[in-house]
Amino acid sequence: MSQTLVVGISDYVVSKNPNVLVTYALGSCVGICLYDSRLQIGGLSHIMLPDSSQFAHQEINRMKFADTAIVDMVKEMLRLGCDLHRLTAKIAGGAKMFQVQPGSQIGSIGDRNVDSVKQVLNSLQIPILAEETRQNYGRTVYFDLSTGIMRVHSLNKKIAEV
Amino acid sequence: MLKNYEELSDMHIDVLREIGNIGAGNAATALATILDEKVEISLPIVKITDFDTAVRALGGAESMTVGVLVNFFGEANGMIMFLLKMEDAKTILSILLRDFEEENDDEDEISELKLSAIREIGNILGSSYINSIATLTGLQINLSVPYIAIDMAGALMSVPIIEFGAVGDKIMFIEEIFSGSENDLKSNVIMFAQIDTLKLIMERLGLEI
Repeated sequence: MSQTLVVGISDYVVSKNPNVLVTYALGSCVGICLYDSRLQIGGLSHIMLPDSSQFAHQEINRMKFADTAIVDMVKEMLRLGCDLHRLTAKIAGGAKMFQVQPGSQIGSIGDRNVDSVKQVLNSLQIPILAEETRQNYGRTVYFDLSTGIMRVHSLNKKIAEV
Repeated sequence: MLKNYEELSDMHIDVLREIGNIGAGNAATALATILDEKVEISLPIVKITDFDTAVRALGGAESMTVGVLVNFFGEANGMIMFLLKMEDAKTILSILLRDFEEENDDEDEISELKLSAIREIGNILGSSYINSIATLTGLQINLSVPYIAIDMAGALMSVPIIEFGAVGDKIMFIEEIFSGSENDLKSNVIMFAQIDTLKLIMERLGLEI
């Protein structure tokens, strides 16, 4: 029986076919779907911030940051037998929810999240097959581990399936 | 050393609640003036809560919500966000704009005129809270212009948490009911202050932290 597993904010979940992973209402956060199509094992990570290094002196939740969360999730997938060379990525989110004045110190975090996620994936040599990122609206991501399809819902917009 | 919201004592939370009360009182007065209607407020419920609980109180992560965001800076730094469920936003608008003839709107669309009316209400409410802090503490606080967005509650509420992500995962969540002559409106305000700001507020009010 297929189960739907919810991934919270600053959280990730790894599971396998036939389960579906879902994370609700990504704003400037980014959802990262990693998939091993042979084993039909996948993980969905919901990160909030691009980089943990500025918080290095304190205890952090590693699942909150792009740099630490992706690496940890990949390790967990490798422990389950996934092959790093088979992993592929699909990403969504990183929106700018409020159209703030140019030059304001707020509002750029979505872009920085997307940039950081891409950089981390690139350094792990995990190809990004699809993305539904940036712009100005919230997104809910469903990741179907039987097919590896990422479905992105948003209010007033068409559903994107990639 | 206070590092995040989780470490606030009951007394500190009482102080924040009192700031919330005064802010809500100012807000009700301001609302009554613009709506030209008697507006009463319930005693605000002030909670220091985690993100998921706050989102649930708004009807779930995906519920369509109007958010007005005001950034404050100067001697105190943080954000205040005023959140209204879509249907409550429409109720406020129907009172506020009752003298305007408008074409019937699409269910989920809001015209420019209405958007700017809601933005202004959010602005007034946000300023009411910041004013109460400034008055109580004597701190010099500036406000940005208000920014508005209509989207999923979770996506809007994550904005202040992300911008001040170092402070931890808890937020200050104020819920209050504004009662007009015919309608009750539930509004929610999220306040997110930098931890240094929180310390400064407590110090100015004579509390050890």
